[in-house]
Amino acid sequence: MRHQVQLQIGPVALRVGSQWAGPIKALTRLYEGYPEPEAPCDFTVRLEPDKPWRRWIRPSVAVGGDYRLPGSVPLALRHGLLAAELGMNLQMALGHKRHLLLHASSVERDGRALLMTGESGAGKSTLAALLGERGWRLMGDEFALLDLDDGTLHPFPRAISLKNGSIAMLETEVEGRRLGPRLDGTPKGVIRHLRPNAGAIAAMAERAAPALILFPRFGADLAPAVRKVGAAEVFVRLTQASTNYVTLGERGFDALTRLVVSTPARAIDYHDTANALALVEGLWADLAR
Amino acid sequence: MAGPRFTADPPDMMRTVELDGLTALFHLPSGTTHILAPPAPQILAALADGPATAPTILARIRRAFDVEGPRRSGGQRRSGALAVLETRIAELEAAGLVSRL
Repeated sequence: MRHQVQLQIGPVALRVGSQWAGPIKALTRLYEGYPEPEAPCDFTVRLEPDKPWRRWIRPSVAVGGDYRLPGSVPLALRHGLLAAELGMNLQMALGHKRHLLLHASSVERDGRALLMTGESGAGKSTLAALLGERGWRLMGDEFALLDLDDGTLHPFPRAISLKNGSIAMLETEVEGRRLGPRLDGTPKGVIRHLRPNAGAIAAMAERAAPALILFPRFGADLAPAVRKVGAAEVFVRLTQASTNYVTLGERGFDALTRLVVSTPARAIDYHDTANALALVEGLWADLAR
Repeated sequence: MAGPRFTADPPDMMRTVELDGLTALFHLPSGTTHILAPPAPQILAALADGPATAPTILARIRRAFDVEGPRRSGGQRRSGALAVLETRIAELEAAGLVSRL
């Protein structure tokens, strides 16, 4: 790999390499201020031409590395940063076994973590990004890493992938230098990455005990609502939200059941972000009582 | 006719956690997770005492729980409780948690 960068993100060290300078430059800029790994990297992401001539002619990036997804469609080189991010997700989803991996965002306050999970479009990234700018510490927007021994959550504060409508919302909230380039026409629409703030990066080794699990649901015509979610439903939904629950076997079962039994869970419906943030703050205040 | 005898893996081959009246069960030999509703966990607990026919399993469960439905009193008709139990045993068989000898 002619160009590469190494990043420490929470407990995971990642190396991203490419034949092209562009995606690595963009990644290095986006992850400015992140520490370099002190130990060998856990995973390597490779961004290579899917055919030799694709390095120059209509260049397109195939996402590979230690783990590959057969049949994945290459991305245009102008979307190289997205390819790097997808590559990191892929390595984690297919290869990471030190923690129970939940497809969830998480934020922390007073040493306790709020975990948010839901289907794509539920708003878990947007809510985590906004909370991370409003008094909470962002722990991660894509993966939550649950410790298999003590049940704490490890931060994994990668860049936040803002999509479509949430981009404008965060553009008014954060300094422009924390935002990556605007990527138009990606398979997921418009994407712009946001670097977590300095506090979240500095605290990337500080774990937090899970205190509340939220299942947000967004809909323009949904009336704001909160409902309790039973432990069995939470368990099933979190097994579905985990990429490595089956692989971890008994240890995964123990970690997940401990989380479910010890952590209250709520589903929230909302129709705008202000509404959702108010529901979150209200639930958090109730919890503290 | 006594009917088939059923058996299950010993309790140390299964991890269980109560979740709001349901039971999450991790079956170590297969690495599979199951969510069980009563009386499935009770059937597995009854089989921890050794292989048994469906009526014997029902008798073992009745030692610990009140089971609705009439007891079998030598008549030709099967009790409602036994019929339900046999259906649940068949489901556990299909899930690989119970097998017949």
